[in-house]
Amino acid sequence: MRTLKDIAEELNLSVLSAEHSLEREVTGGYASDLLSCAMAKAQDGNVWVTLQSHPNVVAVAALLGLAGVIIGEGRTPEAATVAKADSEGVPLLVAPWTTFTIVARLAALGVTGLDQD
Amino acid sequence: MRRSALEITKSQELVYELKIGQVMTREVVTVAADTPMSQLKEILRVQRISGAPVLQDGRLIGVISIEDLIKTLEAGRIESTVSESMTTVVETVFDDESVIQAVNKFALRGFGRLPVVSRDGKLVGIITQGDIVRGLLQQLDVEYHEEEIHRYRASHIFEDIESDQTGLLLRYKVLPRDFVHGGEASSKLKRALERLGADAQTIRRAGIATYEAETNLIIHTVSGGEIIAEIRPERIKVTAIDDGPGIDDTDKAMEPGFSTAPDWIREMGFGAGMGLSNIAVCADQMRLSSKAGSGTRLEMSFHLQGGERVRTR
Repeated sequence: MRTLKDIAEELNLSVLSAEHSLEREVTGGYASDLLSCAMAKAQDGNVWVTLQSHPNVVAVAALLGLAGVIIGEGRTPEAATVAKADSEGVPLLVAPWTTFTIVARLAALGVTGLDQD
Repeated sequence: MRRSALEITKSQELVYELKIGQVMTREVVTVAADTPMSQLKEILRVQRISGAPVLQDGRLIGVISIEDLIKTLEAGRIESTVSESMTTVVETVFDDESVIQAVNKFALRGFGRLPVVSRDGKLVGIITQGDIVRGLLQQLDVEYHEEEIHRYRASHIFEDIESDQTGLLLRYKVLPRDFVHGGEASSKLKRALERLGADAQTIRRAGIATYEAETNLIIHTVSGGEIIAEIRPERIKVTAIDDGPGIDDTDKAMEPGFSTAPDWIREMGFGAGMGLSNIAVCADQMRLSSKAGSGTRLEMSFHLQGGERVRTR
């Protein structure tokens, strides 16, 4: 199983917060821009791909114990989001691509969804 | 894996937080400037030290080390005095400086020890790399024990406090439209449950449901609301209360996907209409009562797992 650090290096993602918490193994992935859907479906240790970048993303990730959040389409989160992510130890990563492409690249690295064999 | 990464940053943090005065050795063996090297040899041997600060009239004027002693022995000048062989340009550190200052000086100059002086110039101790390692380990240990004690005390609260029914009441205020602090009440409740020793599954369920209730208060209420968690050894009951605007049709509100959130809130990813149904999935019991124009009361209960319930006798 890969760690988020391995994934960040292979996909060349920039890490915005909690650089010391990248060593966790990624248990799978989930993608949605709806927070309640992430709440319902994302699993402990998952990486979450979303276009949302406000501080509540961090709250959801911290409550679920996610390995990290990848924010797509090069959106830069507000300073408040990054600060919250640092204090909660939630890694935020930014990718220039669309959600579709990010998920495809994660899948190529072996990251799977919860409803996948 | 994650733990070791955390510990590295912890010790880095401590190197900055700890003061030299906290880790230095206070009982410093010093020698006078006119001490013969033959006597120094005995002092180093008996005290099992490898060097000592040299004082004259209480002032620090140099440092003499075992290497200096070896050089004088080789030169056959064992009867010379300490002041003739000591290092006179003395690098010192202050007792109120952070340990990182000493670490840097050790690394840059290759010193084995540094005399520690107070701001008024008095010698107050000596610091070696060994002192720093010992100080860091001790501090890590202290902090680890403090968290252990927190957890221990918290997890025994139901044993330590006797009553016919002991419960713990936690109250969190939630402000309307305060998305920046959204999730704080549920995070705090989650942490409290962890300290109380609740099982991971129940913590997760209670955390998710409370988050959704908290988010509802932020999105929909006129003047905010309150989240009240009542923790008992066998179950957690979380109640979210507000005083308006109230829900027209609670059955409709419970339908997955039904939402009354305005567009600007939906654009942030809220208001998917999944909040109440998420709560229904997570909670063991749920009761929603509301009247349009007055307020809403949402009650959620979570049974703690049999063997791993909040510790009780």
